[in-house]
Amino acid sequence: MDVLSLTVGAMLVNNIVLVQFLGICPFLGVSKRVDTAFGMGAAVMFVMILSTIATYLIQVGVLIPFGLEYLQTIIFILLIAGLVQVVETVLKKISPSLYQSLGIYLPLITTNCAILGVALLVVRSGFGLVEGVLFSLFTSAGFILAMVIFAGLRERLEFSDVPDSMKGAPISLVTAGLLALAFMGFAGIV
Amino acid sequence: MSELTTPGLAKKKPSIDLLKGILRENPVFTLLLGMCPTLAVTSSAMNGLGMGLSALVVLMASNVTISLLKNLIPDQVRIPAYIVLIASFVTILEMLMKAFLPDLYESLGIFIPLIVVNCIILGRAEAFAAKNTPFASLIDGLSMGLGFAAALTLLGSVREILGEGSLFGYKFIEEEASGILIFILPPGAFITLGFLIALVSHLQKKIIRARR
Repeated sequence: MDVLSLTVGAMLVNNIVLVQFLGICPFLGVSKRVDTAFGMGAAVMFVMILSTIATYLIQVGVLIPFGLEYLQTIIFILLIAGLVQVVETVLKKISPSLYQSLGIYLPLITTNCAILGVALLVVRSGFGLVEGVLFSLFTSAGFILAMVIFAGLRERLEFSDVPDSMKGAPISLVTAGLLALAFMGFAGIV
Repeated sequence: MSELTTPGLAKKKPSIDLLKGILRENPVFTLLLGMCPTLAVTSSAMNGLGMGLSALVVLMASNVTISLLKNLIPDQVRIPAYIVLIASFVTILEMLMKAFLPDLYESLGIFIPLIVVNCIILGRAEAFAAKNTPFASLIDGLSMGLGFAAALTLLGSVREILGEGSLFGYKFIEEEASGILIFILPPGAFITLGFLIALVSHLQKKIIRARR
C-alpha cells in the first residue's frame, strides 16, 4: 500500500471516530470546548503512536515466536495501561507545562477503545513497523480533526433552541451523524 | 463521559432488582455507556443481539469473580486487577466464539477484544461488584447485560428495518427493492441512536409526570 492512500485512508476515508466508531466516549464526553477537544486529541495521538510501537514489538518479538497470540488482548491492554502510567510519570518529571495541559486526559486514555483498537488493527492488517506508525499517526490526526470540528459545532449548539427531549446527548448524536455524512464524501478518494 | 450522564449511579441499598438495568438505568439509553460497540455493530438486529449477549456473559462472569475476590485484591491495584480479570474472560469468550460461532465472530471482528475496554463492564465492577455480595452482583450483571443487549437489539432492528427492509435477515419488502441505505451506514448509527435516546427520555419524563 502506498503512503498517500494509507494516510488519506486513515485520516479521512476511514475516520476512526465517524466511520470506525472507536473512541466515541472522549468524542462525546470531552468535546464541549474546542481547546479541551484539541488537548484530548493531542494526548491520544501521543499515546497511540507509542502504544502502536510497543504492541507491535511485543507481538513480533514475543507473542508470535512463542505461539502466544491468544494472549494478545490481555497483554495489549496491560501494556497500554502500563504505558499510560509511565508517560504520565515521565511527563510530570520532564515537562510540567505539557503535563499541565495533557495530564488530566491521560488516565482516561487507558479505557479509550481507540488506542487498543488501533493496536489490534495494525497487528491484524499485517503492517510493518513504519506503516504501523504512519497509520497510527494519521489515524490520530483524523481523531483530532473530528474532535475539533465536533467541538466547534457543539459550541454553536449551546445557543440554539433545541426541543426539550432532544437536549444533551440526542442532539449531539444527530450532529455527529450529520458530520459522519459529510465525511462519507471522502469515500471515493482512495 | 460524565457530563452527558443524566441520572447518575445513585448510591442506594443493594436490592435484587432485575428491571433496573433494563428500564430505569439502561446502560445505553440513560447512562450512555458502551457507545463504541453500540454504534459500530448494530447494522443488523442479529449483530446487535450477538454483541449484547457477548457483553452479558463477560459482565456476569466478571461481576461474580470480582465480588468473590473483593477482599483479596488490595485497593491500590484494583483497577489493573479488574482489567486483567475482564481481559481473561474476553479471551475465553473470543476462543469459544471462534470455535462455535465463526460467522458472528467474523462480523463482530475487532469489537470482541474491545469488550475489555467497554466502560459498562469496568463501571459495574467498580460501582457494584466491589461492594456487594456475589449473588447480588450476578443479578446486577444479568440486569445490566440484558439492558445492554436489549438496547443493541432494538437499535439494530430499527436500523435493519429502515436500511434493508428486513428483520433478523427475514426480508419483508420486495426482493429487488432496497431500503434507505443511509441507516445501515455509519451516519445512520448516530442519527438513529440520537432519536432513540430522545424517545426514551421523553417517555421516562412522561412516566414520572403521570406518577405524580
